[in-house]
Amino acid sequence: MHNLRPDLKLIADLIEPGSRVLDVGCGDGELLDYLVHKQNVDGRGIELSQQGVNDCVAKGLFVIQGDADNDLKEYPDASFDYVILSKTLQAVHRPQLVLSELLRIGKHAVVTIPNFGQWRVRMSLVTRGRMPVTKALDKTWYNTDNIHFCTILDLFDLIDELGLNVREFVPHTAAGKRLNYGPTRANWSADQALFLLEK
Amino acid sequence: MNTDAGKTAVLFESTPLTLDGGATLSPVTVGYETYGTLNAAANNAVLICHALTGDQYVASTHPITGKPGWWERLVGPGKLIDTDRYFVICSNVLGSCLGTTGPWQDNPATGKPWGIDFPVITVRDMVRVQAALLDHLKVGKLMMAIGGSMGGMQVQEWLTTYPERVHSAVMLATAPRHTAQNIAFHEVGRQAIMADPDWREGRYYDYDVKPAKGLSVARMTAHITYLSEDALTAKFGRNLQEREALTFGFDADFQVESYLRHQGSSFVDRFDANSYLYVTRALDYLDIAARHGGRLADAFKGAAHVRCCVISYTSDWLYPTVENKSIVHALNAAGVPVSFAEIDSPFGHDAFLLEVPEMDHLLTGFVKAAAKTNGLEVDDA
Repeated sequence: MHNLRPDLKLIADLIEPGSRVLDVGCGDGELLDYLVHKQNVDGRGIELSQQGVNDCVAKGLFVIQGDADNDLKEYPDASFDYVILSKTLQAVHRPQLVLSELLRIGKHAVVTIPNFGQWRVRMSLVTRGRMPVTKALDKTWYNTDNIHFCTILDLFDLIDELGLNVREFVPHTAAGKRLNYGPTRANWSADQALFLLEK
Repeated sequence: MNTDAGKTAVLFESTPLTLDGGATLSPVTVGYETYGTLNAAANNAVLICHALTGDQYVASTHPITGKPGWWERLVGPGKLIDTDRYFVICSNVLGSCLGTTGPWQDNPATGKPWGIDFPVITVRDMVRVQAALLDHLKVGKLMMAIGGSMGGMQVQEWLTTYPERVHSAVMLATAPRHTAQNIAFHEVGRQAIMADPDWREGRYYDYDVKPAKGLSVARMTAHITYLSEDALTAKFGRNLQEREALTFGFDADFQVESYLRHQGSSFVDRFDANSYLYVTRALDYLDIAARHGGRLADAFKGAAHVRCCVISYTSDWLYPTVENKSIVHALNAAGVPVSFAEIDSPFGHDAFLLEVPEMDHLLTGFVKAAAKTNGLEVDDA
């Protein structure tokens, strides 16, 4: 039950045991379940799909059907220690507002993104001249949920613009293998990256 | 309307019930049903709160209509609310007419039916009577309080008034207050009843008549609000009722007319018109936030330990998702753990009573987790 997916384990490792956590886009609740049972957190979730909500509730978790664009505004300030947004920022309508909201309702935000600057993606665009479809980003442009793609460096820029601090930066492979690179090299090499942010 | 078929408790004999409106009632009789057995630890009690014109026959045959219990789909041996495991209690609400004190009952002061001398009651008054019934049944804390529509309003009042007696709470297709539109529809119903000459200023019991026409119209109006436009179209469209062509008269040419007339006339056999006035009034008076300076979250401050679940339905326009979500947001803001889903259903408000598989999946998981966290053995299969 608790063999957590490696990319989710990277997130779990950043969460203080016993803290209050909101997982936005919590899916079937795999990460939240682990955090609640292994790290004793007071965990809540937001999930759009009915199946995901049902799976979470069956695990005894508390989850609200909704999404990052519409439902974060209903939470009071500083109601969580951590707000997690895993591979969802690129799918929201207003990424800038969502990032600000994460750090209004949480002391920390844990954000992971697929990296559109990774070399395979770049090469795909250069050689094929069409929107990249890779193993990590496997949908065509017209049926992907990802409407706001960004690279690792793009996200660093937005974080700067919003005046937020990056407390941890963990670029990693799609399989969840940690890469000890700085931002520029990670922007070329990493499939994904995790940011632990605070105000 | 009273019936000897079910269980009855006589409460508030020594200490009267003080109502929100200031009046007192003593004694208060309560018609109720139970299913299953209270276990030794007394941690398996489930209170089911019924809707506006519902009753205590949640999982057994209705004594007047002979129809199966109104939630037999979910409540019974081996079912989602498993009466082999849980002790299920359902009582007729205060002001209603199936064994519980209401305007149809004799006023002890006069020996004649109360009529509209009966004091106006609130949803919280209904819950006060339920709490006294639990005392009578030796149930301290509920494993779960669950209800849809007006039932969900009662569950909210359990959270505001007796949160320490609740381990988990399920609210379906409900709202924390009545909107102007909700009140407007109820007012049409009440005016229909009071416009019926047989209502006799509420004293029809003395004349051995009843305002059947008025109550029937009230029910027809209300029934429309329980269904979605799509559901009506799918069921009836413009189909004609047992005829080939329009009659150019005011007979029930259309199936939907015939259906509504049937709903109205059959309702009259099982419901008291004055009870309808009182129970609809109780809903119109509901505004939980107003008692807490306009902040609904403050109403739920004492309930941070209660596991909550709120469900709305996409096609419900009587108590739409936005109203249900206001409960969710308030619970969240009060630190109450809550799950919420808007279930896709074409059935309108009545969806909570009907076969909606996604609702069942969600509730199955929630009920099991509630039982488990209340110290009950649960098979995870």
